[in-house]
Amino acid sequence: MAEKAILSAKKLNFYYGTVQALKDISIRIPANQITAFIGPSGCGKSTFLRAINRMSDLVPDTHVTGSLTFHGQEIYDPLLDVTALRRRIGMVFQKPNPFPMSIYDNVAYGPRTHGVRSHARLDELVEQSLRAAAIWDEVKDRLRKSAMGLSGGQQQRLCIARALAVRPEVLLMDEATSALDPISTARIEELTLELREQYTIVMVTHNMQQAARISDQTAFFLTGELVEMGNTERLFSMPHYKRTEDYITGRFG
Amino acid sequence: MRKRPSLSLRRRLCNNGAAAALWASALLCCALLLFLTGYIFYQGLPGISWDFLTGAESILQGTAGILPAIVNTLYVLLLSLAIALPLGAGAAIYLTEYARNRRLVEAVEFAAEILSGIPSILYALVGMILFCTVLRLQKTLLAGSLTLAIMILPTILRTTQESLKAVPRSYREGALGLGAGQWRMIRTVVLPSAADGIASGCILAAGRVAGESAVLMYTAGLSTVMQDFSTVEGLMKASGSTLTVALYVYAKERADFAAAFAVAAVLLALAALLNLAAGMTAGKVKERKGTCRIWQKKQSSARRS
Repeated sequence: MAEKAILSAKKLNFYYGTVQALKDISIRIPANQITAFIGPSGCGKSTFLRAINRMSDLVPDTHVTGSLTFHGQEIYDPLLDVTALRRRIGMVFQKPNPFPMSIYDNVAYGPRTHGVRSHARLDELVEQSLRAAAIWDEVKDRLRKSAMGLSGGQQQRLCIARALAVRPEVLLMDEATSALDPISTARIEELTLELREQYTIVMVTHNMQQAARISDQTAFFLTGELVEMGNTERLFSMPHYKRTEDYITGRFG
Repeated sequence: MRKRPSLSLRRRLCNNGAAAALWASALLCCALLLFLTGYIFYQGLPGISWDFLTGAESILQGTAGILPAIVNTLYVLLLSLAIALPLGAGAAIYLTEYARNRRLVEAVEFAAEILSGIPSILYALVGMILFCTVLRLQKTLLAGSLTLAIMILPTILRTTQESLKAVPRSYREGALGLGAGQWRMIRTVVLPSAADGIASGCILAAGRVAGESAVLMYTAGLSTVMQDFSTVEGLMKASGSTLTVALYVYAKERADFAAAFAVAAVLLALAALLNLAAGMTAGKVKERKGTCRIWQKKQSSARRS
């Protein structure tokens, strides 16, 4: 692969207790592209996504072997500042999870966490992030209202704005549209395509059409292994392996 | 349409009999409660006057008044909550958010469950020996408040824990995913969401304190004279009866039943107030989270005490 890899794994193994969830994963994720992880439930794609920003630390009794690097730096280095890592690698979750506070405070949460105090600067960041997440026009008149009053699709775009407000380099999207209706899904997909200009996006999806529609690279996981990864068009039209072909043609999964 | 088959005679008898028995027990309960409340107010209200509520008792002047008891009750209420809330809530935060040792957490939860159910006279005994004697606080409101703080600690610990556990995992993930540290996440996202639940736990604990008599008889004294609360020394040394203890003193030592019933009516009003407050905050929690788990928990522990 010619592109510069922003994230790369070499022989990464991940265990929940004694259960091995990822087996010898080696992958290079290029910058400023959309990489989609597909595969049946329990194949390890979400585990891998959550390993990237160490959200996997929240699960007790896990361990990791092998190498996973971000700009060449080991993510599982015990000396690494996890909060700084998570600032640079943001995440959008499966279910929209705005905090029970105002729309403004939701977006300002990240910048405030990282020490931005100036009101002018916060106003600017909130507006930029909401604009980038294509929700500014819908909420600009009710920034002080509770975020809980928004629809599911709006809440998810708010969560994207909240993640963008800390200026991450990478955005991890963990089935970010699976809880949304088709119209909201379409808006988020469109938004994802726009965000590709500035961010590296890694997404897990159960929806193969979604992967085919918007991703540049697709990686197919099966039972904890990475079966194959490549250019999305190529992978969906000429998969190298029978297992990939069976999955994308709907023969299992 | 087919006609509904009629029930056999036996089934009908059973059915109606059960309904009648249940109806009768419900009626009896309501009647008892209404009678009790009515009787207390009937006996007590005539004795309540502005002078009674704002005066102190004096044998020389021949006046009766429960202001000292009201002030003592407030003192005990505030002090015991001020001690138990930070301690109990702090422990609950540690146990739910930080502790990694499941065994330890379960052991503490088990102990707290048991401690919140044991008779208060056991706390009285321990408080009397520990605070009044060993720590030389003597029979003071301070010793009483400390004992009561220990008594309500398990309640506050458990209700706080339950409210923290009810905060959705997704809020925590959202905060951590933005790079917040654990304490920032707890302070800015978890605690505000749990605040209503913690508050109604406190109100329940306040109800237990306001209704307690055994502990205070053992540890805080029986005097009905106004104490000096204006100095630190006064606060440390003040001793006397709260409303419940005053009721005991009037009824049992002075045989002044009019005054005793008047105090009882005041206490009843206080209990009603605290229950309403607890119901209101818990109702808010339920509305917001769409779950009635905390509220049910509160109801069952309220019934126990």
